[in-house]
Amino acid sequence: MKFGVIRFPGTCDDTDAQLAAQRVGDAEILWHRDRDLKGVDAVVIPGGFSYGDYLRTGAIARFAPVMESVTEFAHAGGLVLGICNGFQILCEAGLLPGALLVNDNLRFVFRQVTLEVADRDTPFTRNCPPTLQIPVKHTSGRYYSPEPVQVVLRYAPGQNPNGSQDDIAGIINNAGNVFGLMPHPEHAVDALTGSTDGLTIFESIRAAVAERVPVA
Amino acid sequence: MRARVLIRPKAGILDPQGQAVERALPALGFSGVANVHVGRLVELDVQDSTQLEAMCERLLANPLVEDYEIIESA
Repeated sequence: MKFGVIRFPGTCDDTDAQLAAQRVGDAEILWHRDRDLKGVDAVVIPGGFSYGDYLRTGAIARFAPVMESVTEFAHAGGLVLGICNGFQILCEAGLLPGALLVNDNLRFVFRQVTLEVADRDTPFTRNCPPTLQIPVKHTSGRYYSPEPVQVVLRYAPGQNPNGSQDDIAGIINNAGNVFGLMPHPEHAVDALTGSTDGLTIFESIRAAVAERVPVA
Repeated sequence: MRARVLIRPKAGILDPQGQAVERALPALGFSGVANVHVGRLVELDVQDSTQLEAMCERLLANPLVEDYEIIESA
């Protein structure tokens, strides 16, 4: 299978996301001004500071040409994974509900956290163990939604790093094909850096794609 | 036309920046300060001011978590 990893000006985790995806399949970079998704089976919107996070995190990136194609891809059922800034972009784009606000402690948080996988019946978590050790690194990760949402990942009790509502770390859309999370699975794929749990998310996607009818 | 758009966190949504400023002021000796909120100001020249609201809804503010106020001047 082939992953497409989107690169905006200001994206900084694209290379790690590509390297992580390449542990389970092919992965190529998709440029933000390019509308061609190059036939990828799944899209990864990686972390960073797209367009300098001007105005609000993700607010400008969602108008990039590539996001038109990603929106069509998502509406056709294609798998889309948004990590950190990618999660913020998906919320701004309306592909996921809610918003990500500045951390309640106003600090940049950077630490390994334990996550509880609240829903293992998704294309993104089917190969995950019940808990994951994955790092977070963000300043705007406080999830908020006035409506109930489909929670996939929660920070373990006492580990909420940002004041997120109901300890939410990751959510999925109602159709079950767009997943956003604040922690960084692409930074947890090598034992050298403390955990390989992030790999199980990429493996889940590979397994889900193998079973799916290709998206046009 | 010159316009100003004031954007602030919606009531009821935790505003840690406002809280931090509210705590900092007494530390500098300013007393009697309450209900501090920190938002953004966008200033712009527009030919058609009827578009301002749509601009706010679609880009300048996130209506889910922010209120906005449009102030037009001559």
